[in-house]
Amino acid sequence: MQISRRGFIKVAGVGVAVTTVGAFGFGEAEAAVVAHVRPFKLANTMETRNTCPYCSVACGIIMYSKGDLKKGDATITHIEGDADHPTNRGTLCPKGAALKDFIHSETRLKYPMVRKPGSNKFERVSWDTALDRIARLMKDDRDKNFVAKNADGVTVNRWTSTGMLAASATTNETAWLTYKVARSLGLLGFDNQARV
Amino acid sequence: MTNAWTDIKNTDLVVIMGGNAAEAHPCGFKWVTEAKANRGAKLIVVDPRYTRSASVADFYAPIRQGTDIAFLLGLINYCILNDKIQWDYAKAYTNISYLVKDGFAYKDGLFTGYDPVKRDYDKSTWDYQVGPDGYVLADETLQHPRCVWNLLKEHVSIYTPEMVERICGTPKEKFLKVASMIAETSSKTKTMTSMYALGWTQHSKGSQNIRTMAMLQLLLGNIGVRGGGMNALRGHSNIQGLTDIGLMSNLIPGYLNLATDKEKDFATYMSTRGFKPLRPTQMSYWQNYKKFFVSFQKAMFGDAAKPENDFAYDYLPKLDVPSYDMLRMFELMHNGKINGYICQGFNPLLAAPNRKKLTEAFSKLKFMVTMDPLETETSRFWENHGEHNDVDTASIQTEVYQLPTTCFAEEEGALVNSGRWLQWHWAGGSPPGEAKHDTWIMAQIFLRMKKLYQAEGGAFPDPIMNLTWNYHDANEPEPEELAKELNGYAVADVKDPADATKTLVAAGKQLSGFGQLQDDGSTACGCWIYSGCFTEAGNIMAKRDNSDPEDVGLFPKWAFSWPANRRILYNRASADITGKAWDPSRKIIEWDGAKWAGYDVPDIAPTAKPDVVGPFIMNPEGTARLFARGTMREGPFPVHYEPFEAPIKNVIAPGIRGNPVVRVFKDDAEQFGNSDEFPLAATSYRLTEHFHYWTKHNRVNAALQPEFFVEISYELADEKGVKAGDWVRVWSKRGSIKAKAVVTRRIRPLICDGKKVHVVGIPLHWGFTGAARKGFGPNTLTPFVGDANSDTPEFKAWLVNLEKTDGPAVS
Repeated sequence: MQISRRGFIKVAGVGVAVTTVGAFGFGEAEAAVVAHVRPFKLANTMETRNTCPYCSVACGIIMYSKGDLKKGDATITHIEGDADHPTNRGTLCPKGAALKDFIHSETRLKYPMVRKPGSNKFERVSWDTALDRIARLMKDDRDKNFVAKNADGVTVNRWTSTGMLAASATTNETAWLTYKVARSLGLLGFDNQARV
Repeated sequence: MTNAWTDIKNTDLVVIMGGNAAEAHPCGFKWVTEAKANRGAKLIVVDPRYTRSASVADFYAPIRQGTDIAFLLGLINYCILNDKIQWDYAKAYTNISYLVKDGFAYKDGLFTGYDPVKRDYDKSTWDYQVGPDGYVLADETLQHPRCVWNLLKEHVSIYTPEMVERICGTPKEKFLKVASMIAETSSKTKTMTSMYALGWTQHSKGSQNIRTMAMLQLLLGNIGVRGGGMNALRGHSNIQGLTDIGLMSNLIPGYLNLATDKEKDFATYMSTRGFKPLRPTQMSYWQNYKKFFVSFQKAMFGDAAKPENDFAYDYLPKLDVPSYDMLRMFELMHNGKINGYICQGFNPLLAAPNRKKLTEAFSKLKFMVTMDPLETETSRFWENHGEHNDVDTASIQTEVYQLPTTCFAEEEGALVNSGRWLQWHWAGGSPPGEAKHDTWIMAQIFLRMKKLYQAEGGAFPDPIMNLTWNYHDANEPEPEELAKELNGYAVADVKDPADATKTLVAAGKQLSGFGQLQDDGSTACGCWIYSGCFTEAGNIMAKRDNSDPEDVGLFPKWAFSWPANRRILYNRASADITGKAWDPSRKIIEWDGAKWAGYDVPDIAPTAKPDVVGPFIMNPEGTARLFARGTMREGPFPVHYEPFEAPIKNVIAPGIRGNPVVRVFKDDAEQFGNSDEFPLAATSYRLTEHFHYWTKHNRVNAALQPEFFVEISYELADEKGVKAGDWVRVWSKRGSIKAKAVVTRRIRPLICDGKKVHVVGIPLHWGFTGAARKGFGPNTLTPFVGDANSDTPEFKAWLVNLEKTDGPAVS
């Protein structure tokens, strides 16, 4: 899954170069070249396979990152098309080719924020505060407006005074968990971009 | 897509109509280039604009937006009159010979049973004649006046080349050229692919646009074959997946439906879902509906879904209206009926029609929650940005939570591409700041609500308390755990129906496919069509074997293609009635005397004899429908209806505005503009450098296309005294925007019903957040009305006016 293919090629390539140069008696020259050639930027990166998140062609991409994902400090430094992918065979469009700058966009959101009624600004809020408040707002609205039976006495168990739009760029797995939560609450005002 | 992106290389003719693949799906479009270069395939583009797809086409024909059905029915009429039908296919695999009830008729734009007050039909005559044996009557000779063939012939006869020119503005000789190229694919050894996108769906009759092309493809014998098909180029990377998993008001995963108020119990619900075959010996695969539904309920509610409580039938909400779709929700919100709204990765302030209505609606919410990796205009709808978002902030009492999520590069899971491939991807970067996975956020909201219900009680907590949550870290379910639930597993031992002493699947094991699903509660499965994606053999979606035996373009070992890893839907139809490929050079599967075998997973039981079971197994007829029965709200055959805002009257039914069965809310009807005040025909679209409202946050894309503009023809520019680069004001009955004018030969005026019609092109992509310049999108102007069947807004055809103006104040 995460193999440093470029790293492998580099090691193999250098091996050939050293052998050849050494055989001709140019050992010192080779050392001089190594001293002033900048190391290949992708040599020490982690490669991860992904797919472009934009349109539904779903081009294969390879992301190169530095740092440790498990420690939470992996940074993506380069993205390119995956030449092994049957659909795009390594190519990318003007959007896919610029994906790195989506990940590192200045307008990426980093912290939960709240905008209080009537306020003209967002303010930082902790996840706990935000989530407790959201759960409280939702439960109060559900308890107040939940319809257990309709006028004919049929059990309908629906909650229509709160709604949700889901994201059609999220994974199936996010979608399934979102579905489970939304339907168990009785939500019917529930859609995604397929509607538009 | 019925077929895969890579299969486009097998075609002889590509028709791009209702889309612009070269710009909106560039790397998929390369398969068109491949077919042109290696097979000598031709490309036809029919579009109001001379797009980049058109620029590499073999033939381009202009069309007025919103008139595709007239054009397509004109093509069907041409094929009928010129005997360009794949007769063996049409007779064996469609309902062309079936007899229709005597009461069914069409007149002046309407079918039998119309109620103008309800804007709906009594559809009781829209069906087949049934014999005493319970099966549909047919006349194989096609002589009977009530057979579908004769009704269809009559229905399309008014769509002559002259009528197509009058409605669509397509010059007759250009239409005829397109028709003659398309008609050639009625040959058994020639095929055509239809590549369409939002240019067909975003109309008040979008579903019928697509259906009309599907009918043409069936008459030509182009469905189920390599290089053929109906290929929806879907907009987002996982819009297919979210639809499959049923994240729509009225859906259950795998295209099952939620119950309505009328279906008071499970027995009533199932009574209309028996799907008894309508022709002898047919599979009618939806007969398995109960297995899919019960297994879904087991995945949702585990032990709480049991036979004694009808598998927790009442745990799911029931609908009192056809759907609480997005437009209905915003209408309710505008009326003050909605208190809370969650936008997960969705920016409706820019993506929904009539932005003023949206702003007013959001301002009436008590609370809004947004979840997104990027800033959205929606989460800042309350913030004043001068003319780009002119709101009275202090008066807006909505409490807004903006929650930061991870993006694709920081998460793991599967996305479903347009060709139904579930492809797994892995995280390579760490989330910025305190950004969290959507799964964590959804789990937190749910677990905190559950805790409140445990402590306080409240309205019907049972489905919340019993929702299956067997994740090893309850706070953050892992993608693989969720994928396993979608695939399905045995709850108890699944016995072999042929031999009860044998166990097919042991309790706790992953299912290998939906054929193992049971209706007795012994299996659980989140989404039946995905079954097979994560089996005991592991995560099939993560497979990366890109071998492609004999270069057929199917890549059967790459990822997982729903259903059952099938790459081409209806592939049984690629072979004739004896099971031999229509075109030996394009074989998919063939009958070898005992079973179906070939390159793909057969879309039929592997041992179903070719002359016994029809290829369209999801229909109880076993055939495809040229006559749709009651499944479409407008009627069994498509009809040309104008957009709700149209530059001319409907020439075939002058008394009808728009689509006669579309739901229109009162306030929105009052906001429709007429052509005397708004004479210009507007349309909206994407640019290749941008993706919706995301890439304006990306400095590279913002530099490539920094500024909002509208496209107009030289002729309109002359009429309005506008030069390239001038500022113009564009307005509809619902709002007004300013933009730079791009004056172009790519758009030309059309002559429709004797009247010159100017087209105005308005790209998406700009707002008031991000790295690009502030701008307006089209949706300040678009009408708040949707398709009759899907409620998808009519973004592609409405009316505006335009004048030269000064630029916006420099801020």
